[in-house]
Amino acid sequence: MSQDQMNNNIQHYLNDFEQLDDNVKSDWFSEQRKSALNLFKETGFPRTRQENWKYTDTRPIAKKSFSYTNNQSVSISTEEIDAIRFQGLDCYELVFVNGVYSKEHSRIDGLPEGTVIENMADALAKDSELLKKHLAQYADNKVSPFTALNTAFIQHGTYIDVPKNTVIEKPINVLYLSKESAKPFAAHTRNLIVMSEHSEATLIESYIGLDDANYFTNTVTEVSLAPSAILKHYKIQQESLNAYHIGNLNVVQGKDSRFESNSISLGGSLVRNDINGQLAAEGASIVMNGLYMTNNKQHVDNHTRVDHLKPNTHSSENYRGVLNGKSRAVFNGKVVVHPQAQKIEAHQNNANLLLSDDAEIDTKPELEIYADDVKCSHGATVGQLDQNMLFYLRSRAIDEETAKSLLTYAFADEVIRDISFAPVKNRLEYLIVGRLPDADLIREFTNE
Amino acid sequence: MLNIKNLHAKVEDKEILKGLNLNVKAGEVHAIMGPNGSGKSTLANVLAGKNGYEVTKGSVEYEGKDLLELAPEERAWAGVFLAFQYPVEIPGVNNVYLLKAAVNAIRKNRGEQELDAVEFLALVKEKMKLVKMKEDLLNRAVNEGFSGGEKKRNEIFQMAVLEPKLAILDETDSGLDIDALKIVAEGVNSLRSPERSIILVTHYQRLLDYIKPDHVHVLSNGKIIKSGGPELALELEEKGYDWLEEIEAA
Repeated sequence: MSQDQMNNNIQHYLNDFEQLDDNVKSDWFSEQRKSALNLFKETGFPRTRQENWKYTDTRPIAKKSFSYTNNQSVSISTEEIDAIRFQGLDCYELVFVNGVYSKEHSRIDGLPEGTVIENMADALAKDSELLKKHLAQYADNKVSPFTALNTAFIQHGTYIDVPKNTVIEKPINVLYLSKESAKPFAAHTRNLIVMSEHSEATLIESYIGLDDANYFTNTVTEVSLAPSAILKHYKIQQESLNAYHIGNLNVVQGKDSRFESNSISLGGSLVRNDINGQLAAEGASIVMNGLYMTNNKQHVDNHTRVDHLKPNTHSSENYRGVLNGKSRAVFNGKVVVHPQAQKIEAHQNNANLLLSDDAEIDTKPELEIYADDVKCSHGATVGQLDQNMLFYLRSRAIDEETAKSLLTYAFADEVIRDISFAPVKNRLEYLIVGRLPDADLIREFTNE
Repeated sequence: MLNIKNLHAKVEDKEILKGLNLNVKAGEVHAIMGPNGSGKSTLANVLAGKNGYEVTKGSVEYEGKDLLELAPEERAWAGVFLAFQYPVEIPGVNNVYLLKAAVNAIRKNRGEQELDAVEFLALVKEKMKLVKMKEDLLNRAVNEGFSGGEKKRNEIFQMAVLEPKLAILDETDSGLDIDALKIVAEGVNSLRSPERSIILVTHYQRLLDYIKPDHVHVLSNGKIIKSGGPELALELEEKGYDWLEEIEAA
């Protein structure tokens, strides 16, 4: 596709923007929308000559006319949702279908006093000071055209406000469900989580394709952590194998705050996950765990960036990939230690298992250090299954295929096994095993 | 039970076994001794079917079948067990689940009823006593964070649970202190039976103080150069391997 053609393909987004209903257009946010749209108009979709998009060609997304959906054109039954809920997980739950909030299926009763969990559209309508203070402050429209596009279309998404000293014991489970609709749709989901001082919460974002529909999820999550706030974040990406998923997570952290990210990517045809963490005050720490499992012609790109802006901040990152078929994965982990950020610790690791000759991984750890008293480490490995382990299992009567699956499972499970919510851990382990040959056998092994 | 004839094997183009002959009958315990580099571990690995070992000549017959034709797991199903010199750590694979899968894979391939959880647990409890296996090791990942002695004990424990017909113990004594050695030896002794053959591969005679072999063979430069009874081991201990190697060279 030439540049002109690519720009032409922006036109329908511009048209869609005109179709946004008046209610949305006239809100206090409209100026920001317009400038975000203009920015997107100028830049268009990213191109592979840009370093940040070097290995991920977004032309398949640009080529298609994904339309913005404002009305829920598909319905979904409780049974369908029950089938994908975490079994036995006591949680608050928000449900979105094709990018549109479903009040009917959401369950957010009994929140601790002062806590707000609601659809972004409802929050926007309230004209709240808190929202004005935080919305679109942490995700930079200039960094990614997809973020600009998302900002232009902000309407549905998860808004969470946890007041001071409040601990939300139950996880907040958000289901972004997608299924075939009349026209291929784009869901520009926008989430904002504001955690006040000494507050704690767990957020699970699941992106799930219920069939093999072709759609485009363009999601942006912003997180603000006040001093000593703790947020555990899980992102479970199980989009349809024909879907495109661009996800951008931005967190800005105050003093002694802690952010834990667990990003599991299993679905999608073309997937890009960005996590940007800013350790903006002393004592802030971020942990990023990730797992991507790809097969066939899937393309999954994980970009993370941590900015150590202040002294005594910590980051640690562990991403693992299992690649099969003709799939391709990208890992780019950037850590920037700013000049005044002394006595920080930053550790990063990316390990990959290539199960086929045609799979490809491009892994690139990047450390930029401008301070001199720091502890940093990084490593990346790409390999096949360990032959000694394989022989050991086979000598213990385990047939070759099962032994391979078992070792692959063990490799992937390293990212999962410490998850503290058993229903989430069990579901993830179930999904991982499901991706392997001899799934039933491995399940016998692991689910006793 | 096992009949090895004129076995030649290469590792990375280097010939290690150069015409090895060995005949092991049911119920017998054979010790294979030899200096470093004589081919002891190669023999153990060839018998268990490890990749990277190329048999260039000779044959290995096990219970009337061509053992070399079988994949490692098929050998295990047929009752062959290798206790590893260096048991590998396998993070993420639970020790006791592996054992259950192993037991049931063997039973299934023999056309026997698989054990359910209760039956399996009873078997495990019984066998744990044999090697004084600590319970917490059972539920850990295979060999992960085990001490050298615990790894070796785990091997013998697995052997006890899997009840092989032919067990090959590759330097099971190496790296063990005397107490651990006694425990392992007691475990092995308790597994001696008229239907079970055991091959002890070892560098030192001291294991044979606790496990009395029926036959002792000296392996040197890829061949068995001398065979005898338990007294041969004592003679070796006294005179060293040089004594025999010199006779061989002469």
